[in-house]
Amino acid sequence: MARHSNALLFSAALLLALSACSKSEAPKSTAASDELVVRIGAAAPLTGPQAHIGKDNENGTRMAIEDANARGIMIGERKARFELLSEDDQTDPKTATIVAQKLVDAKVNGVIGHLNSGTTIPAARIYHDNGIAQISPSATAVNYTAQGYKTAFRVMANDGQQGKVLGEFAVKKLMAKTIAVIDDRTAYGQGLADEFIKSAKAHGAQIVAHEYTTDKAVDFSAVLTSIKGKKPDLLFFGGMDPQGVPMVKQLKSLGLAAKFMMGDGGYTPKMPELAGVAADGMYASLPGVPLDKMPNGRDFAQRYEAKFKQPIQLYAPYCYDATNVMIAAMQKAGSAEPAKYLPELAKMSYDGVTSKISFDEKGDLKGGAITMYQVQKGKWVPFETMGATAP
Amino acid sequence: MDILLQQIINGLVQGSVYALVALGYTMVYGILGLINFAHGEVVMVGAMIALAAIQVLLAAALSPLLVLLLSVLLAVAVCMALGYSIERIAYRPLRHAPRLAPLITAIGVSFVLQNLAMIIWGREYHSFPQLLPNASHHIGGAIITEVQITIVLIAILVMTGLMLLVHRTRLGRAMRAVAENQTSASLMGVNINKVISTTFMLGSALAAIAGIMVSANYGVVHYYMGFMLGLKAFTAAVLGGIGNLRGAMLGGVLLGLIESLGAGYMGALTGGILGSHYQDALAFVVLIAVLVFRPSGLLGERVSERA
Repeated sequence: MARHSNALLFSAALLLALSACSKSEAPKSTAASDELVVRIGAAAPLTGPQAHIGKDNENGTRMAIEDANARGIMIGERKARFELLSEDDQTDPKTATIVAQKLVDAKVNGVIGHLNSGTTIPAARIYHDNGIAQISPSATAVNYTAQGYKTAFRVMANDGQQGKVLGEFAVKKLMAKTIAVIDDRTAYGQGLADEFIKSAKAHGAQIVAHEYTTDKAVDFSAVLTSIKGKKPDLLFFGGMDPQGVPMVKQLKSLGLAAKFMMGDGGYTPKMPELAGVAADGMYASLPGVPLDKMPNGRDFAQRYEAKFKQPIQLYAPYCYDATNVMIAAMQKAGSAEPAKYLPELAKMSYDGVTSKISFDEKGDLKGGAITMYQVQKGKWVPFETMGATAP
Repeated sequence: MDILLQQIINGLVQGSVYALVALGYTMVYGILGLINFAHGEVVMVGAMIALAAIQVLLAAALSPLLVLLLSVLLAVAVCMALGYSIERIAYRPLRHAPRLAPLITAIGVSFVLQNLAMIIWGREYHSFPQLLPNASHHIGGAIITEVQITIVLIAILVMTGLMLLVHRTRLGRAMRAVAENQTSASLMGVNINKVISTTFMLGSALAAIAGIMVSANYGVVHYYMGFMLGLKAFTAAVLGGIGNLRGAMLGGVLLGLIESLGAGYMGALTGGILGSHYQDALAFVVLIAVLVFRPSGLLGERVSERA
């Protein structure tokens, strides 16, 4: 009998612990009759290796929603109250579709997400089939908006634009003649690496090695050693910072002399903080202009830090903008019904924190500058802003 | 040539970590026939505790070596307590239950530990301070850092100690007796519960040491770090013959070497058809091949299924 109750006790504790971890807010439906409740879904990895970036996304969206509630926005004739439904997609394409369906079933009016291209692309189909607007703050794979869905938007330059600039920068500015590439085989990492290679080759560089890893790996000594044998001028990694940090450290301890470069996945404060001196001199890109140069960037950063007691990790300003654009489109259409406000969203021209936001016919961000950053003495420093700047 | 040597060194360092973690899986399996999937998480807890201790002790301005020693001791102690509690709470009540039940609680414990760590230490990556000098040495064109040398030496030391313990001491004899047959062992006056608890504590102590080694090598600690490491170490244990201590060591080192040589040379050998993205696949292909020809692993002995 004692044995039995032990097992029961344990399973109860387990359930308790698990339920404590799932952070999806239960929507409160105590709204006054004249209040319009608008549910905004947010999807990003809140557990797993990229949990810190995912939480940052959620924070950005949350801030926009709380700001909107504080401002007291009218949609149509009614006062709107916005609610956030945050879901964890675990960086996993399969989970992303489940989470997307969950948001659809919860009757969200729009979705800000997902974080990764690999999750955004399969989820986009579910939002499209149910006619729900989706704005991804950070999915950059070209395929996301190439599916022809009228519901899919993004507020960040895609990999086609970014890879082109990265390749040009590597060859023209950093004078790299021989280049090695590693990608993490995700939709984002692979897509960006492929675009980078295309552009670097077009500018006359030679790709001496293309190696691969995963978005869960921490040891890269084997691929780095084999790259070392090829003596490249530059190493480009298509992936995120959980891999970038150990990679740049191992690169230095193996005595690989190549310059190191990443896409937007590497531009996080954790990168120089965790990699220490090993990260000095590395480059990364981020669509948009530096936060300091953004119209309201400095103000946004200060409010974010005061509110969440931590610095912005990566995409929070983009989530903030994506949410605000969606809300602005609802206001303009006078309705929170996706079918009503989608046409307005497509025509939107909005002054965001990150840039002026307007979409082309595919749902991609129009214009869109891309800034290259370098780590100098443990800090990210804007190096050069390239590409078309927003008008 | 220096590239080959470098790949072998990479493999050995990685392999020693796998071996240390694999020992924890294999010891528990040998005695209980249970795969303790929470073991990877114990590795993570060890690293987290050590990090917390280091941060406090460094603030107290002690010498780095003393700080490292004290935090290793603390991490080992906490992990031993954790290992004991896991066994006591999650496995002992199910010892005579069908085999699937403890396997499921094992996965449950793994989730609970992961999520608890996420709540306590947060989602972000933590930097693990460099306490050992990280000078690198050149051996015939290859580079090895002092941290890596320390990892290999400690692994050898710990494994030798464990072998002596199991084969030369009274406790070791009791462990082997319980592994052979629990009922007979208890009839001979062996306190089974005590032996099993001790086994879990020993395995967890090794996990704590492995966790600190991994963190010192990569310089990063994260609540998710135990998961993949646990899977790889489990593979190593099966490769060497699960339940067999020498097998776990051999399996760990072999897996490390296969991964590193595979990732390094697969592209060149197959003319670019198979690249380094098949690094993990290669390790599992070798595992399958070994299991086809030697179902009980490289050094495993064929034991008749226990009732």
